[in-house]
Amino acid sequence: MSLEFTASEMMSVTAARALTNDMTCFVGIGLPSEAANLARLTHAPDVTLIYESGTLQTKPDVLPLSIGDGELCESALTTVSVPEMFRYWLQGGHISVGFLGTAQIDRYANLNTTLIGDYREPRIRLPGGGGAPEIATNAKEVFITVKHSRRTFVKDVDFVTTVGFGRDGKARDKVPNIGRGPTVVITDLCILKPDPETKELVVTSLHPNVTRQDVIEATGWEIRFADQLETTPAPTAEELEVLRDLKARTNAHHASTQSGQQ
Amino acid sequence: MAEFLPLKEAVSKYINNGDTVAMEGFTHLIPFAAGHEIIRQEKRDLTLIRMTPDLVYDQMIGAGCAKKLIFSWGGNPGVGSLHRLRDAVEKGWPNKLEILEHSHAAMANAYEAGAAGLPLAVLRGYVGSDLPKVNDQIKFIECPFTGERLAAIPSIRPDVAVIHAQRADRKGNVLIEGIVGIQKEVVLAARRSIVTVEEIVDDLGASVNACVLPSWAITAIAEAPQGAKPSYALGYYDRDNAFYKDWDGIARDRETFQEWLKENVFEKGAA
Repeated sequence: MSLEFTASEMMSVTAARALTNDMTCFVGIGLPSEAANLARLTHAPDVTLIYESGTLQTKPDVLPLSIGDGELCESALTTVSVPEMFRYWLQGGHISVGFLGTAQIDRYANLNTTLIGDYREPRIRLPGGGGAPEIATNAKEVFITVKHSRRTFVKDVDFVTTVGFGRDGKARDKVPNIGRGPTVVITDLCILKPDPETKELVVTSLHPNVTRQDVIEATGWEIRFADQLETTPAPTAEELEVLRDLKARTNAHHASTQSGQQ
Repeated sequence: MAEFLPLKEAVSKYINNGDTVAMEGFTHLIPFAAGHEIIRQEKRDLTLIRMTPDLVYDQMIGAGCAKKLIFSWGGNPGVGSLHRLRDAVEKGWPNKLEILEHSHAAMANAYEAGAAGLPLAVLRGYVGSDLPKVNDQIKFIECPFTGERLAAIPSIRPDVAVIHAQRADRKGNVLIEGIVGIQKEVVLAARRSIVTVEEIVDDLGASVNACVLPSWAITAIAEAPQGAKPSYALGYYDRDNAFYKDWDGIARDRETFQEWLKENVFEKGAA
C-alpha cells in the first residue's frame, strides 16, 4: 500500500536525506531547520547542527521559531558568542554544509533575500542577508531547500544577496579559500543540481507523481532535465511519522507560550 | 564604576537626540524595556544599529525615533516581515529611514573590531554578493602577506550601547548567560552603555569562565524585571513566540500599531 504525503512533506524528507551523520551543518531557520532536525531524528542521529546564534551541536526537541530560541541553547553542547561563531567556526573552516532557504533563486543558484524591484525604491523589501552571504562561501558546500514556483525560480535574481555561481556561473572560479557552493537544490517538485561545466541548475530527479511539465510551469527560465532523470524515492512510514510528530510538537509549543500585553 | 539609576533617568541622561545607539541581544535578551523608555521619551533622529532589528526596532522606527538603520537581517524571525520597518523604507512612514545593510558576519566582526579599538574589521566575506554595490561602507583590501582579497568594513563605535542581562551584583558587575550574542562586544565598543537587568543580587553566581562585564566597563545599570519580554531571558522566562506571531497583525496596519503603542508603551511607565 502506498502512503499518502503532501508535496511539503516530500520536500522536507528529501532535504533531510541529503544530510549524513558525518556532516557539520550550519542551519538556516525555516525549511532547512525542519529538514536538518528530521535528519537528526531519523537516519543521521549524530549529524552536528549549528545555528548562527552560537549554539554548537544542538538537539532541539521542537523546531525553533527564531534562530536563537532558548531550546537551541539548552540542548546544545555549548554556546559561543556570535563573532566567535562566524569567525572561528564558519570562516575557520569547520562547517561542511551550509543549509539555506531563500525568497528567490536563479539559474546559477544565486539567492535573493534582500528585495524585489530596485534597491533604492523596492517594491517588496525582504529581511536581507543575515548569515547567508558568508555561509554560502565559507561552508565547504551548500544545500538549498525552497518551494518551487515561478515567483521564486527566476532567470536572474533581482539582487544577489548570496552568491551561488554568480551572474555568469563563474563567480567562484579562481577565488581562493572558497567552498564548492550549492551542490543540490531540493524543492517540493524535484531535485536540481548544478551542471558540472556551466553551473546552471539542472533537474536530476522528479518527485513521485510530478511531471516535467509541472516543473517547466513552475520555473522562470527554460529549465533543463538530466539525461538520466530519476524518480525521488517516496517518504517511508517512519520518516512521515517522525516529521509529523515533530511538527505537531512544534506547533503546540509555539502556541502555548502565554501571549498578550507586554 | 557603573552608576545605578532608574531606567527613566538612565535613558534621559545617556541617550540624546541624534545619537548612534546600538541595542543588542541576538534573539535572546533583547532590551525591550529600554526601547519602550526611548519611545516614551520621544528621542528623535537616532541612528539605530542592530544585527536583527527585531520587534524592538520595528516599534522604535514606527514611533518615529530613527533616521537611519544599520542592520544585517530585518525580519520577524520565523514569521515574516517587520511591517513598520518596511513601511518606513517603502513609503517613508512616519519618516524617511536611511538604511545601511551588512551581513551578520560583517556586523559581528565590526562590533568585535570596535571593542578591540580598531578602525576596521577584516573578513573573508561578501564574495559575489551585490551588497557592496549598495553599501559604500564595504570595501575590499589585499592581504599584505598573502595577497588574498578580503572584505573590510569600518568598526562599529556607537555613542551608546544598550543591552539586557540576567543580573548585576551590588557593585555593578553584570552576568550574561545563554546566547551571549554580541553583548560584550557592543558594550566595549561604545562610548557609553546602559545595561538593564532582571535583578540585582548579592552574588552573581558566575562560573570561572562566565561572560561577566565588570562594573568599571559599564556606564549605567537599571533594574528592569522582564525587561527583555517578549524575547526571553534564559533562566527567567521563555520567548513569547505567540506574541511574535501576533505582532505581524498588530504592525501590519498603521492605526492598529499606534493603538498598540499608546496602550502598551505610552500609557505604561518605566518599571
